[in-house]
Amino acid sequence: MTDEKTVKPNAPAQSGEVRREKKRKIRGVKRTAFAMPYLALSVIFVVVPLFIMLYYAFTDLDGGFTLDNFAHFFSRPNIMAVMGKSFLVALLTTVVCFLLAYPLALALSSTALNKKFILVMLFIMPMWINSLLRTYAMKIVLHILSVSNAWTAVTVGLVYDFFPFMLLPLYSALSGMDKSLIEASQDLGASPVKTLFKVKLPLSLPGIVSGVLMVFMPTVSTFAISDILGDTSTYLFGNVIDQWFRNSGGWHIGSAYSFILLALIAVTVVIANKLTKGKKEVGGVL
Amino acid sequence: MPAPREKFDNIIEIKNVSKVFDGITVVDNVNLAVRRGEFVTLLGPSGCGKTTLLRMIAGFEMPTSGSIFLEKQDVTTMPPHLRPINTVFQKYALFPHLNVFKNIAFGLKLKRIPTGEYDKKGKPIYRKFTKDEIAEKVERVLKLVNLEAYGHRDITGLSGGQQQRIAIARAIVCEPKVLLLDEPLGALDLKMRKEMQLELAAMHKNIGITFIFVTHDQEEALTMSDKIVVMTDGAVQQYGTPKNIYDEPANAFVADFIGESNILSGVMKRDYLVEFCGAEFKCLDHGFGKDERVDLVVRPEDIKLDGKKGTLKGEVVSSVFKGTYYEMEILAAGYEFTVQNTVEFGVGSSVYLSVEPDGIHIMKKLKVVNEFDGVVTSENTVGFCGGEFEFINDKGFEKGDAVRVKIPFDKVELTDDEEDGIIGANVTQTFYKGTYYQVQVYTDNDVDFFIDTVDEWDINDRVGIKIRPEDIEITAAVESSDEHDGLQATEAEGGND
Repeated sequence: MTDEKTVKPNAPAQSGEVRREKKRKIRGVKRTAFAMPYLALSVIFVVVPLFIMLYYAFTDLDGGFTLDNFAHFFSRPNIMAVMGKSFLVALLTTVVCFLLAYPLALALSSTALNKKFILVMLFIMPMWINSLLRTYAMKIVLHILSVSNAWTAVTVGLVYDFFPFMLLPLYSALSGMDKSLIEASQDLGASPVKTLFKVKLPLSLPGIVSGVLMVFMPTVSTFAISDILGDTSTYLFGNVIDQWFRNSGGWHIGSAYSFILLALIAVTVVIANKLTKGKKEVGGVL
Repeated sequence: MPAPREKFDNIIEIKNVSKVFDGITVVDNVNLAVRRGEFVTLLGPSGCGKTTLLRMIAGFEMPTSGSIFLEKQDVTTMPPHLRPINTVFQKYALFPHLNVFKNIAFGLKLKRIPTGEYDKKGKPIYRKFTKDEIAEKVERVLKLVNLEAYGHRDITGLSGGQQQRIAIARAIVCEPKVLLLDEPLGALDLKMRKEMQLELAAMHKNIGITFIFVTHDQEEALTMSDKIVVMTDGAVQQYGTPKNIYDEPANAFVADFIGESNILSGVMKRDYLVEFCGAEFKCLDHGFGKDERVDLVVRPEDIKLDGKKGTLKGEVVSSVFKGTYYEMEILAAGYEFTVQNTVEFGVGSSVYLSVEPDGIHIMKKLKVVNEFDGVVTSENTVGFCGGEFEFINDKGFEKGDAVRVKIPFDKVELTDDEEDGIIGANVTQTFYKGTYYQVQVYTDNDVDFFIDTVDEWDINDRVGIKIRPEDIEITAAVESSDEHDGLQATEAEGGND
């Protein structure tokens, strides 16, 4: 048997290999071993279920291969309309969140504001409370304010729920920005407004993209908030999938629908990453 | 053609400018006038306030008091984007989201120039630069900094030297009236730095813009500038040409900071004759009092060495070859002289030192007495600097009287153990003065104390301060608000201009 671990001292490539091997180990344990617990968790709860869904999506009730589950979606314009509505609501939520969060992040990151820690806590604290609880509370508040329009209620609820996910990446992008760049812009003759549009906005783009994704992705597939705050008119794609999974025979079609949604989200992420490609600024998460 | 102007008018005038951050005075009552077209360097150790002064000229900081004038116009409160001043930042601050061309064009796109026409109200009409004009200007400035083909490059891929040149190009393309440079060479390696120093100086000659340059590197300052402003503790110590500052330092701080020097303490015997290290030397200075104690500086290259005859006899302690000369440490009369000579004398050999009259520069002793405001706290104690000291009350001061306390530098005693002293302090500076050390300490009560002592103390040592009752001189307080404690208050005038 040949011992592969024998190191010839005059073979530079191999000795380099050994040194690299050493680096990756801490007290005899490979550093990658630290990732094992989570890897196991994600295999059991993410990868395996995905394959189960894959199986359901491509089979019929008797277990035979079929594409009918996907055809089911593409032959029903009303379901496609619900999908469109879901995207629109998600888009609206994202835009509103951005318009609210960007000025706030600007104010929080400015050095003039010393109490920024307290303020951040104030806006992040809602995240300490379970989102379902907050949504039920929101239902009551909206009732007191006599907001009867279901779409308004759902949008307000979504904005309220996902606002911190927009604020945090924007805040970290803006506060991590090199202050001398802003001074350089002013120095070269840009007024504060011009500096915002020519320097701050483009430099915080990675933060904007990750904020947008972190709000858009979960809102497009939401169903709990539209369930609690809306009515039958605010039936979203998440609710459709939810309904299919509620009866035993619907898992095949529900799985197919889930994959269609997953594919669309994946496309959005790819587009978003294209936008920030090559940018090394702070604040990006994906 | 620009409007005809006097050749040497002041483009920038700084009047009584102070800046206080959180109760700490960073810039202390600075007055400065910069002439049009000059290359002026603000030089000083880090934390001396030079960058803050520069940032106030740029408009990023507002003075706590005082005013800044640009071409006779008060710009103290004008925001930076309205000032015809551009800055080259310490770490260049190039926009990473724009390429080289767009970085340089940034300022040009925002600039408005008069068309030469006037509207109905007689106000001049302004226009933007056209695309072609911008392209032409950018190309020209890229040529000036030797980066012609780099317009479409990304900023991130450029070397430090290239980024630095782009930063300069971006600033000068706007044709500012004053160009501010905040330690722009600090991030470069030595060789690149030397090249850029010469390039910058040449560029200054070619474009004729006023440069204000900040650095802590004295050699850089001496090489490049027309005038140097030496600063420490937020105050200007000396303002003059490099030669003037090198040859005629205003005080021991400037002498120590600029170039290698031997700083000694001596006594003026009479005009043109000074005594130090136990010997008398002819000098070129006069006008001091008889037997007045003075500081004096002798540059290492001004000391003549001879094997047989000379004024002082010494022994070579060490010798280092520095390329074109030998730098030797020679112990003579208890002082270790730094001497530069082209001929080496071996370690341990005896040599004679002599100094020509023009090699000795005499400086007035800045101060020999610590002065503080205090309050009499009881029959025989006085409170100042956060401590209570015993004193001999022979003038009948009463409890609560505001008084002026004077303690000569050589009457303050430092103790190793903080507990042995009345107040605690940190050693912040020491100068060897030939026969004794002058130690500067910073008390817990934020006051500078000066001590002349034969003991050697290290910077950052924790010490206690003790004073004998008979050495404390108390006088009634004088009504005066501009009395300051410590060295920095002494107005530093340029040597013998």
